Order: sequence, then structure tokens, then C-alpha cells
Amino acid sequence: MATEILMPALSPTMEEGKLAKWLVKEGDNVQSGDVIAEIETDKATMEVEAVDEGTLAKILIEEGTEGVKVNTPIAVIAEEGEEVSAEAPSGAPVEAAAPPSATAPVSSPEPAPAAPAVMAAAEPELSPNTESASMTVREALRDAMAEEMRRDGDVFLMGEEVAQYQGAYKVSQGLLDEFGERRVIDTPITEHGFCGIGVGAALGGLKPIVEFMTWNFAMQAIDHIINSAAKTLYMSGGQMGCPIVFRGANGAAARVAAQHSQCYSAWYAHVPGLKVIAPYTASDAKGLLKAAIRDPNPVVFLENEILYGQSFDVPKDDDWVLPIGKAKVAREGSDVTLVSFSRGMAYTLEAAEVLAGEGIEAEVIDLRSLRPLDMPTIIESVKKTNRIVTVEEAWPVCSIGSEICASVARDAFDFLDAPPTQVTGADVPMPYAANLEALALPTAGQVADAARAVCYAK
Amino acid sequence: MTVSEEHAAKTQVGEDIMSIVETAGSNSSVPDFNAEQERHAYREMLLIRRFEEKAGQLYGMGFIGGFCHLYIGQEAVVTGMQMAIKKGDQLITTYRDHGHMLSAGMDPKGVMAELTGRASGYSHGKGGSMHMFSVEANFYGGHGIVGASTPLGSGLAFANKYRGNDNVCLSYFGDGSANQGQVYEAFNMAKLWSLPVIYIIENNKYAMGTSIDRSSSTTDLSQRGVSFDIPGEQVDGMDVRAVKAAGDKAVARAREGKGPYILEMLTYRYRGHSMSDPAKYRTKEEVQKMRSEHDPIEQVRARLLDKGLADEDELKLIDKEVRAIVSEAAEYAQNAPEPEASELYTDILKES
Repeated sequence: MATEILMPALSPTMEEGKLAKWLVKEGDNVQSGDVIAEIETDKATMEVEAVDEGTLAKILIEEGTEGVKVNTPIAVIAEEGEEVSAEAPSGAPVEAAAPPSATAPVSSPEPAPAAPAVMAAAEPELSPNTESASMTVREALRDAMAEEMRRDGDVFLMGEEVAQYQGAYKVSQGLLDEFGERRVIDTPITEHGFCGIGVGAALGGLKPIVEFMTWNFAMQAIDHIINSAAKTLYMSGGQMGCPIVFRGANGAAARVAAQHSQCYSAWYAHVPGLKVIAPYTASDAKGLLKAAIRDPNPVVFLENEILYGQSFDVPKDDDWVLPIGKAKVAREGSDVTLVSFSRGMAYTLEAAEVLAGEGIEAEVIDLRSLRPLDMPTIIESVKKTNRIVTVEEAWPVCSIGSEICASVARDAFDFLDAPPTQVTGADVPMPYAANLEALALPTAGQVADAARAVCYAK
Repeated sequence: MTVSEEHAAKTQVGEDIMSIVETAGSNSSVPDFNAEQERHAYREMLLIRRFEEKAGQLYGMGFIGGFCHLYIGQEAVVTGMQMAIKKGDQLITTYRDHGHMLSAGMDPKGVMAELTGRASGYSHGKGGSMHMFSVEANFYGGHGIVGASTPLGSGLAFANKYRGNDNVCLSYFGDGSANQGQVYEAFNMAKLWSLPVIYIIENNKYAMGTSIDRSSSTTDLSQRGVSFDIPGEQVDGMDVRAVKAAGDKAVARAREGKGPYILEMLTYRYRGHSMSDPAKYRTKEEVQKMRSEHDPIEQVRARLLDKGLADEDELKLIDKEVRAIVSEAAEYAQNAPEPEASELYTDILKES
């Protein structure tokens, strides 16, 4: 059967080109892969190779012809011994051969579907008899890892100084002794590499916990967190999941300056395919880290160095697993909604106490998860208080607060009695000098001022 | 530089390449394939080539969009390595990945349908040419970021070691990746932890348009592991027998727990870096010389005929069978439906 050679598109945007030169003539025998013609576009000259083999029976477009549309037949190849009809088609584009537009989904008229709503599971109910014990965030994180490692042999911890040194911030204290060097692995200082190895192990079915000494250093590894971990499930059509936890200290510590004091909450919360958690209390740190380790998706777990040593009550329950994506009302109130997470909760709760003394009852929401973000809980609160202030240590531009304020303005506009307001860190790299550093971070006083402002109180 | 000087410089690069292939090969010492192996290699390589030619054609017709990196010329590398491994061993590569998928046993229809962005493609049309995966075939992608597959492949090898099985991971990358920092981070840990990984550097001489001499301070990439005490060797990547022989040794070594190994496959891509690359950075003569003197498929074909292991008619039958598979895949990929609009929001997260 005779086969038509069509004018090829040489780039995704090419619509027509010049048939510059034929390198074969009628009657020539051509094999797959033989270069048969040269085509010029506005960008380049490209060679056309034969895909089918046989005899070049007829040239339909003479060389030197300009403006030849893509998919126009330019020649006919016949199989050995075959006669080609004199009525070979002349150069008109072949409609049946599906022009590029027929395959381009962008031109599809169907409307884009709405993004599905995210529903978080309910908070676990504790029996009234469950005892609590005071422990530090550091201990809570360690216990969460230890319990999950006991429960599942595929869970392991890797990172800088996690094993013999017992953790740069002592979060992994005792894990090497209990689980041995097969499962608690010291890495060299090579974030990009060990993060990629962790992701590879997760693609292979293991459940790694990759510790970054601080999230500042994970910038070297962010390519694997986003391109390799977050996107693979989607790129594989749901075949290949990546059950991995990336964790470590996030945000400002004390007096370590710009390269060691940055909050990455908005960076990771931006990325579809990730879950992002930033707990404040030890109880949430434990319950959410256990949930993160059990989750089949990549989870970014943002801790805070200053919180590591702070103590909170934690239920004595080996199965204390909290739902990811569910905010918590940390203090009930009716006058203004204050929303924060991680260490920002400390200023916020302090401000709420001060405000209560002035007769302003603030409702304080601890986000705990940043992706999925529990907007229903926030909106519900705003419908009651009609005012909202977000509080975070991160930079103001494109922050978690920006996202919340935009959503509230869209979804609860009619309930607002004042503009949604943000309290954030200053829009500067973190300075070293003690006085400047203090000026760069939000304070309880700023939170209280912002709350008074939206309440139109002095 | 005048045009003729430029041409001379390009020719010089071409000659260096020939001499590397020829000296690396010293193919008289390469163990022969038996008839079955030759036939297998011939069919496997031909399938890749015909598939890629068809992909190029479908790209030209607008059925395949975006980037499309063809493997034509490099077929012996993946074919020989697949002949050296066993079921359960993993492979992972960068974005010039169609050959690897076919060689791993993935269905040509599913691969082609992914190239045309259809629902029945391996990634349901969400991945495209550079992002395909198959848990079943132990193929872990298909990665679009240069260098990323090297730590990922090392991580797969880590999982093998963690589980205490004897599987190895073949981690493929190109001469372009070989200058990425993360490759060396992975080398360091792979040796430190004695991971069962073979690093296969497919040196096709050009990282997109930049020749290896212009990008690399040392051009013997097999020695890039020296600082980490990872041994390596250059292999004539145009001779499938040489590839398999080198692969056999490296795989056995890794399986015995002796850690990583580097195989630098000296190979050549006949087509541009991607479909839209006119490849003006090398001469036609250079390409033509590789095709006419070192073609991996022609080498096998010549041996089969010279040694009387097959006659023309038998080879024609193989050609016909391969063409039929590729035509069927192309036909299928052009007519299969696109993903439903509702697929836009699926496969982002797994249900917990």
C-alpha cells in the first residue's frame, strides 16, 4: 500500500514551513531513518527522516516551496513492486490525519471541574480515664517516631547527626540505641543527595523520615521534595506513591541571622501533592507526626527550635494519632478571630489573655496543618466574630495569612465588620543584632494592637 | 572562527568520538552471543528504533506535544543491560526514556498512548514522554530533572539493602547529568553504604548542544567515581555484546554486596536532543559515520547473516512483526480517548 509522507511539525508551535530541499528523487529506494528532505522554519533548518520504507514513488511538493502547511502530503512511498496511481493526492492538508488542534486539550471546550473540597477526619475521642503527662515537644516528637518505628519495620530515620550524636537538637535521642544503625542513619552533610535517596527509598516502598537539621538547609533539597516526591503520584497516574516525612526545625531561632532564620510555611503550603504540618503543642506534635508517618503521601513537618524545650500535657496513649488538615480552637471567644500556627501561637495566646483583661474575647485558632488548610473552621469562627487577624513569623508577601485573608474576603465577605488583617515578621532578611532581630519578629503587643484595631477599640 | 574552521573543529570532535568507541571496544575480546541472544537483541533494538521513528512521525503530525527525546542510536545500551539483570531488579532513568520502558517490558501501546496524552497511557495522560512509571515492570521513571534520577536510583538500591534482598538498581543518566552536584552526593553515600547500584552513564557526547569537551574538565566519565573509590570502565555502548558483558560483571559484583560500579557507555544519538533541536552543533559527516560504521542494530544483523544464524527471510519476519507492533501502538495511541476532565483533580494525594 502506498504511504503518504506528510509535512511534519518540527516544534510544538510550527504551523508551516519551506520545503527547502529534497535529498532523494522519484524512484529512489528509501529505508526507515534515511534523511529525505530538509525543511526550513523561521527558527531552524531540520531534516526529515523516512519512517516507512519502499520506493519514493512521487514527489508532491517541489523543493523551494514556501508556506507548506503542516500535515500536507509532500511525497508518496510505494512498497516494492507497487504501482502508484497517477491520481496521487496533491498537496492539500489532510484533515483526517488530525491536525495539531484536534489533539490539544487546551482548545477543549469542556469546563474545568471544580477542585474537590478537602474533608479532614474527626479528632480522636479520648476516654475520660486517659491520663496525660507533661512532656517537651522534643520528647513528644521522639516518642512519635519511636512508637511508629516499633509498629512498622519499613519506617526509618535518616539525617545529619540523628544517630550517634543523638540529634543536633536531641530530637532523636535514644533512637539509635533502640533501633540500631540499620534504621537510624547518620548522613553526610549533603541535603540534596540524602533527600533524593530518601525519596528513592520511598518510591521503592519504604517509609523514610528524613530529618533536615533545619529547613534552611532543605533549600538544597527542595527539588526532590517538590519535583520527585510531591509530583510523582500525579505524573504516574496514581501508580507510584511516595510515603515519606520530611521534618526539622523551621523558622527563626535566636540570633542565628538571615540564612538560619526563615519560615518556609508558605513555600511548601503552595505545592499540590504535599501535606504540610506546623504544630505548636507537644500533644499536637506527637499526634500529627504519627499521622504523618502513617500517611501514604509526602508530608512536610515544620518544627520550631524554640518550642523543642517547651512542655505541654500529652495523652498517655500509644495510638494518639491526630487528623491532618484539621485546625483546633485553642481558646473560645466571640469578639475577634486570631489565627496562628507553630510559635506564632505563643504570641497569639498571650495577646488573647491581655485582650480578655480589656473585655475583648478573642477566639484563637491553631491551624496545626497548613496544607490542607482548614478554612471551614476559620470561616465558621469569622461568622461568629466578624473579625480576623492572622499571626505568623514569616514574611508578609504571599504568606499563609495572605491566603487566609483572601479566602475570608471571598467566602465570608458579608460577615466582616473590619478588614482582614495580618501580623507577620518584617519584610527583611533576619538581622543578627538583638534589637533588630526583636523588631523583625511579631510580638504579643502587635497582635493585641491588631485585634483592638479590627474591634475599633483603643 | 570562520565557517571552515568551525567545520574542522566539529570534525575533530567527531574523530575523537570514533577513536574512543574503537579503543574502548577492543571488541575482539567481547564474548559472542549465541543465536538466541543475537535474535533477542536484534528484535529488542529494532522495536525501540521503529517505535522511536514512529514517535518522531507522530510528533511531526502534532499527535505528540512538548518535549520528545528519542533514543535512536543508543538502543544497545538498555538492551544489553536488560540482558544482564533478573526480575525484581529496578531501573530508573532521565527523560530519554522510551527505550528503557520498552526494554523493561512495558506495553508499547500504553507508552505510545502516554506520548499522545491519552487516558490509557501509562500515566493516564498526566505524565507524557518524560514521566512514565510502572511498578509492575520495576521501572521507576522517567525523570525530567537532569541529575535527579541518580540519588533516586541510589535510594531504590538503599531499599534493596534495607530489605536484605539481592536486587540491584540500574541508575541511568547522561553525560550532561554527570556534571550535576547531586550525582556526586549520591556516589559518596552509595559507596559509604555499599549500595547495590550500577551507575550507567549513557555518554552520547552532547548534553543538548554542548559537546562533552566543552562541558567537562575530564572527559573519561568512567573515572568520575575515583574520589569515592567507585570503580568504573568505558564500554562500547554501540555493541550490545560488550554492554551485556560489562553489565554481567557489574551486576554480579553489586549482588554480592560489593557496592556501586560505574559503566560509561560510549554511545551516540542520531537525532537531535529533542524533536525541536536542529543539531547544528555537529556535522552531518559525524552522524553519518556513526550510523554507517557503528550502528548497534546493523552490527547484530551483520553477525546473524555472516555466521548463518539467520537468513534474510527470518530477519524480514522479525522486521514485519516489530512494524506490526509499532503500527498497532500508533494506531491505538491516535484513537484512544483523552482523559476525562474529572481526572484533573485525581492522583494528587493518596487516600490515607
